[in-house]
Amino acid sequence: MEQTHVEPNYMKIFWWLLALTIVEVGVVYAHLPKMFMVTTLVLLAMAKAFLVAWNFMHLKFEKSALIMMVGLPLLLLVDLFLGLMPDIAHRIF
Amino acid sequence: MDDVMTMDSSPELAGTARGKLGMWLFLLSDALTFGALLCAYGASRMGSADWPVPSQVLDVPLTAFNTFVLVCSSLTMVKALSAIRHGNVKGLQKFLLLTALGGAIFLSIQAYEYHHLLFVEGLRMRNSLFCATFFALTSFHGAHVLSGVIYLLIIAWRSTKGDFTAARNHRVEVAGLYWHFVDLVWILVFTFVYLL
Repeated sequence: MEQTHVEPNYMKIFWWLLALTIVEVGVVYAHLPKMFMVTTLVLLAMAKAFLVAWNFMHLKFEKSALIMMVGLPLLLLVDLFLGLMPDIAHRIF
Repeated sequence: MDDVMTMDSSPELAGTARGKLGMWLFLLSDALTFGALLCAYGASRMGSADWPVPSQVLDVPLTAFNTFVLVCSSLTMVKALSAIRHGNVKGLQKFLLLTALGGAIFLSIQAYEYHHLLFVEGLRMRNSLFCATFFALTSFHGAHVLSGVIYLLIIAWRSTKGDFTAARNHRVEVAGLYWHFVDLVWILVFTFVYLL
């Protein structure tokens, strides 16, 4: 197995994860408008999940074929979520 | 030993070592399962008129600390892989045990949380959609952490048999993938179930 890549700066990723978590908890207790809070939390959670997969799980060093193989099927979850929407849409809209 | 040699020098599939590819495919299926559970939680919540505010029912500061523990254990996991890639077996063992300890602390705190919810608050899965989806999601994740701790201890035990060297550490990397995934899922569960 080739190991020519340099290691990511793991400590930096760790501090980012910690900082974003603190921001998240802060957002919850700050009593911001609901829509703003939800959007912020979802985006922050996605960013943290991406940081872990990209750096700790070394996805940034993998072949694009692997990234596609793992990433694209996740679109099925979007489909699942949209599929559930008709049942709940009347409560939101 | 032959078995270990074969695993590390195994032919690649789609440009990726077999063991790693297998773990990624497993994690993909696991991601879809967790995704389905999260969608079920979200759909139930949006479809309910009387969903409790999670932060009023659940202990957010304690769980935030638990999230911190799991992120720390991800850090020690990358340190473990980094150690063995530099040929440092003692470092590998130290960091593997620290990672497993992080998992054990997480499980202890979750056990305390469950004890509180079940026996002090008297919540049961059958009480409400919130309880059903909450317990299904967090216990499924807890089972993953438990499996991960056992997995890491097996890797640590194999390292005492001389399985891993600077050139041969594929199975440590694969175990790391699993552990980071469990951390990743918790990051999402913490946000969607505890914070939102």
